[in-house]
Amino acid sequence: MKEEITTRIRDILTEHGRLAKEVAALGEDGDLYQAGMTSHASVNVMLALEGAFDVEFPDVMLRRSVFESIASIRAAIEELTGGR
Amino acid sequence: MSIVRGDGPEAVVGADLVQISQVARSLASLGEAYMRRICTPDEIAYCNASPMMAPARFAARFAAKEATLKALHLDDQGLDLRSIEVKQMPGGWTDLALHGRARQLAEEAGWSSVSLSLSHEGDYASAVVAVIINSRTGRR
Repeated sequence: MKEEITTRIRDILTEHGRLAKEVAALGEDGDLYQAGMTSHASVNVMLALEGAFDVEFPDVMLRRSVFESIASIRAAIEELTGGR
Repeated sequence: MSIVRGDGPEAVVGADLVQISQVARSLASLGEAYMRRICTPDEIAYCNASPMMAPARFAARFAAKEATLKALHLDDQGLDLRSIEVKQMPGGWTDLALHGRARQLAEEAGWSSVSLSLSHEGDYASAVVAVIINSRTGRR
């Protein structure tokens, strides 16, 4: 389950993240902003995540730190889906 | 050189630059969800009034919202981008309207007046937000 979520996050980052390096080369704790993700790209990533996981990010989660790494995004998705 | 802050008003500036072609791509791939998550109904209506200009107008508004977050020093507090609204004024000028939590945070920071300037040229749109802060009441 954890691997499946991570794979989907990596796919979304590949399509919407506009990173300057290959997503596959990024570790789970790698800083996505340091890897080139802009604030505009992070909104696209958020919307794509909402569509893929059928969730909605509440205002309190619309923070830079939530989208700064694959691990932090996965933690947010797990919280929003409640393990379903 | 050191500058010592006094008790008088202070100025704060936030600026942002957005690539219009990336916004056009987002509009094409994410459509309504993209517009509705970032902009208010009035902003969407203004942007879409000219299909040719829509990507540039959405890009300028996104830049204005990010510039406001920078002026508020809020890059890691959750805030709905729609609580920062660009108002189109008669004569073509723009103004900034803050709602809900954005307004509350600006008041707490001591914002006494704010001015917004938008621009777009080629593939880029930019926004500058200039704020006068009453440092006696602001938390900064």
